[in-house]
Amino acid sequence: MKILVCITNVPDTTAKITFTDNDTKLNKNGVQYIIGPYDDYALARGVELKEQSGGTLTVLHVGEADADPQIRKALAIGADDAIRINADPLDSYFTASQIAHVAKQNNYDLILMGRESIDFNSGVVHGLVGEMLEIPSYSPVMKLEINGTTATIAREIDGGKETLTVSLPLVLGCQEPIAEWKIPNMRGIMTARTKPLQVLEPVSVDEMTTPGKYALPAPKGACKMIPADEAATLIKLLQTEAKVL
Amino acid sequence: MSVLIFIELDNGVIKKTSLEAILYGSKVAEKTGGEATVLAFGSADSSELEKAGHYGATKVLHASGEKLNHENSLAYADALVQAVNQEQSKVIIISKSGLGDAVAARAAAKLKAGVVSGVTELPEINGSFKVTRSIYTGKAFATTEIKSDIKILVVKKNAVEIDENALSTVQAVVEAFSPNLRDSDFKATVTNVEKAASELSLTEADIIVSGGRGMKSPDQWQPLLDLASALGAATGCSKPVSDLDWRPHHEHIGQTGIKVAPNLYIACGISGAIQHLAGVNGSKCIVVINKDPEAPFFKAADYGIVGDVFEILPKLTEAARNLK
Repeated sequence: MKILVCITNVPDTTAKITFTDNDTKLNKNGVQYIIGPYDDYALARGVELKEQSGGTLTVLHVGEADADPQIRKALAIGADDAIRINADPLDSYFTASQIAHVAKQNNYDLILMGRESIDFNSGVVHGLVGEMLEIPSYSPVMKLEINGTTATIAREIDGGKETLTVSLPLVLGCQEPIAEWKIPNMRGIMTARTKPLQVLEPVSVDEMTTPGKYALPAPKGACKMIPADEAATLIKLLQTEAKVL
Repeated sequence: MSVLIFIELDNGVIKKTSLEAILYGSKVAEKTGGEATVLAFGSADSSELEKAGHYGATKVLHASGEKLNHENSLAYADALVQAVNQEQSKVIIISKSGLGDAVAARAAAKLKAGVVSGVTELPEINGSFKVTRSIYTGKAFATTEIKSDIKILVVKKNAVEIDENALSTVQAVVEAFSPNLRDSDFKATVTNVEKAASELSLTEADIIVSGGRGMKSPDQWQPLLDLASALGAATGCSKPVSDLDWRPHHEHIGQTGIKVAPNLYIACGISGAIQHLAGVNGSKCIVVINKDPEAPFFKAADYGIVGDVFEILPKLTEAARNLK
């Protein structure tokens, strides 16, 4: 089985977000980057499935060279090789087009990624890639078993969960508890250094969207404290002051 | 510009987030001198679909039939593209959900359309077409210009506010819509569907009462459930609570769980880790109840009570019951 796992390179979930260059760029100063948490689940499940089936796992990232440490980490966790498309991924359609282009040349059985990136939170890249390849896509997938060429998937739907079976190839957006995050071991880290990381230039795509300025939310007003023994007055305040009841 | 709005039904009733999408789409149509058309899938009475008119839509295309009753993003996207071609739509509005994102994505690839998900306000249309969207899980906003001929906007809850008193009495015209369905869209076999017992879904709820590890153990949830029931609220929980299996995973609110945007979010015994805040920062009003006055959640709250949740919750429940 040939598996492709797409990863994002995003600020750590605890990062303080600020902007520079007249609010047109993220201030990367002091920001630690990680593999997107959802992508990390996809990667972990990908590695497990590869080990079960004896296939190959390629990790793909659309982004610039500062993502290389995260790509090496994915290799240390268990990917066999990596491809980086050297471009700043600012538009979902653009990013999906790059992934689809790589996928068309390699005929993967399974393309996994996180349900969404935690920087732009769009959650549309898996669907775009699926349609570009004319294969089904499902998200958010919480459980994935492969039996021959059939996948059994459990995914979240509004207010519940649905289980379905469908033939490969597939594109899946993943989330917990599909697998436990994997921490690279020393041997993995050593072998990752020599695993192939191919850097390719992006294919040209019509410009669908242009990024503009960024902004921070208005600062929150002070929290109004209510003494514990007057708790009931909270309900009145919610009704008359906050007007949310 | 002709606007097409994809809506979701819940047991034949238009979801509240979809009503917002209709209002949003109608406002875009009005701004640009076009008409707003709604596209609905699955069983529903015409009398329900006609209500789309109250929110500004002129017409509803209703695609029914057994095959379309169960949510299927592949088939819905195929049908949506056919509706776009029929109506010559230039802007497509979809409310944000797992299904909405999937339909938007697959339709965008078919139509070669720019898609922006997480839109929080009406677009700025002034020669160019600019939208504002939520990024970094609610920690910031981005302005994006959509340049493609057809534009797809996936709109977050509360992007427009529904004013019940300002709704029109006009009814939309409901037309049967019969898209060509491809066998390739029905290859998957759904073997099981589990719906939560709770009638209220977290993403639709106006009020949410949520519990953290401060609730101490899964068998001490009753006071929280009582308050939720008195307020007509949905219930949620923090990640540690769902990790410990105290509450089901679909109640997990946060960075890696469900992101919610209710009018009122009441957090009981949740300290407010940044990952949890990321899931609730779209809420209009946040109440935090915690015995630790230093809990970081108070910094993000509108109202706070320092004290024992098991003493405070029954008082709130009683006051809530006396409201009406």
